[in-house]
Amino acid sequence: MRKIKEFVIEKSLLSSALITIAVTFGIISVLAVEAFQFFSEVSIVDFLTDSQWTPLFTDKHYGILPLLSGTLLTSFIAISVALPVGLSISIYLSEYAPKSFRKTIKPLLELLASIPTVVYGFFALIVVTPFLQQIIPDLSGFNSLSAGIVMGIMIIPFISSLSEDALHAVPKAMREASYGMGATKLQTAFKVVVPAASSGIIVSIILAISRAIGETMIVAIAAGQQPRLTFDPTVPVETITAYIVQVSLGDVQHGSIEYRTIFAAGITLFVFTFLLNTLSFYIRKKYRQKYE
Amino acid sequence: MNSIQKNRLKDQLFKFWGIACTLFALILLVVFIGDILIDGIQRIDWDFITDLPSRKAEKSGIYTALMGSIWILLLTTIIAFPVGVAAGVYLEEYSKKNRLSALLEINISNLAGVPSIIYGLLGLEVFVRIMGLGASVLAGALTLSLLILPIIIVATRESVKAIPQSLRDASYALGASKWQTIWNQILPASGGGILTGVILALSRAVGETAPLIVVGALAYVPFAPASPMDEFSVLPIQIFNWISRPQHGFVENAAAAIIILLLITFVMNGIAVYFRNKWQKKLK
Repeated sequence: MRKIKEFVIEKSLLSSALITIAVTFGIISVLAVEAFQFFSEVSIVDFLTDSQWTPLFTDKHYGILPLLSGTLLTSFIAISVALPVGLSISIYLSEYAPKSFRKTIKPLLELLASIPTVVYGFFALIVVTPFLQQIIPDLSGFNSLSAGIVMGIMIIPFISSLSEDALHAVPKAMREASYGMGATKLQTAFKVVVPAASSGIIVSIILAISRAIGETMIVAIAAGQQPRLTFDPTVPVETITAYIVQVSLGDVQHGSIEYRTIFAAGITLFVFTFLLNTLSFYIRKKYRQKYE
Repeated sequence: MNSIQKNRLKDQLFKFWGIACTLFALILLVVFIGDILIDGIQRIDWDFITDLPSRKAEKSGIYTALMGSIWILLLTTIIAFPVGVAAGVYLEEYSKKNRLSALLEINISNLAGVPSIIYGLLGLEVFVRIMGLGASVLAGALTLSLLILPIIIVATRESVKAIPQSLRDASYALGASKWQTIWNQILPASGGGILTGVILALSRAVGETAPLIVVGALAYVPFAPASPMDEFSVLPIQIFNWISRPQHGFVENAAAAIIILLLITFVMNGIAVYFRNKWQKKLK
């Protein structure tokens, strides 16, 4: 009797764990099925090379490049903000700051990551864009610059926290050896600690990029809804995610080509983030506990 | 200046740069919250919380959106909590090192990185269409449950892993079965850590906007949901809707609703940190 009970419990726990596999399977098949039907109507060559994305207009074009350029542009701006600031914070906190300071600052920084993204969108549109317009008078009301900068601020704690963990895990003996040779903290940080923690830092950067590419609300609110193939940060653009939101807000019939475009856009997004996430998983796996 | 002095100078400069970056991030946080408080605080009163949405900014309230968020929160907890904890316990206590466990591990790590809007597409196709739930609270809650499942699983695993082996051995020595050991010893001992993870995951769910928009949550709902099958809106979507309107009154409304949303998020985070500290002390 007891054996049967134990067996049933183990299998039901296992089935809970298997749900996660079902989720992945579900995501891939949903995206694949709808995207497959999309590509039966639109040639994949057009999808990858056409420089216009106008599925909601009468003159329809289905080129993903404008959405892709919008996504890459906002992500690039975000990473340009988050990477130098986040890395500097992590090195400062791990190598220079007193322990008590580190202990108070880290949770505060992580508070930045817990703020809902719609709130960042508000901030980008209502505060940052008007502020930037005083410096750049030509800046449009919707633009990738402001959205990208605010997204960068949101991502800072991802990079600073994960990198700091990696730096902190480097054994003290390595630092002491470097100090013993007469090196300063800065030299030790950049020539010894950062290289030793490089895999952890790289993982944090990859995860930050993946996060930026998939971020939705900030860009949907502040970057605009005009797909255009440009790398000019002052004009309105549209990201893949913002396009999915735009279509979802409208009244699009299931089974129509418009409905399928969001899955075609979605699978493009999924492929990018999947590759980045898998890469980070393997880096982490390979270099984990190197010093333990 | 010789090279030693130069190096010391560089060292000091970097230290100030590091402090500047840290302060930059913290000052932004303060500016951020300060600005929203200035924009929205005078709009908050009891009427703002109990009023239905309206076309006029000054008459609009967040009642339906707030109720929608509470519904979503409750249903998501009911769905995601047991499944997530069960999966976490399985992976830590039962799973042997084999191909399946390796697959589960990489899969969960990958799911945690899937953009939330993709979960929205999954929910739209599976829950809203194939299962025929429509744009209901239940469809939204199921979608968000899948979204936070990886977070709960990882938190459960970490907490269970932190329980010393001696506790298990003692329980087995008294003749307890594996499940009795888990139910009577491991789960109570790791409860604080699991709770922390669950609350953090739920605070993420409260702030989610994009997947619910894709699932079909509405910007304007005249009534608060009365059953899991009703259509709904949530606070973040109400905020999004108000931000996208040009009239200034709605910006004020958006700021006021953001204050309420941030309050909920920060309180949940605070509770989570409290439980974590209490639990970590107990563990020692």
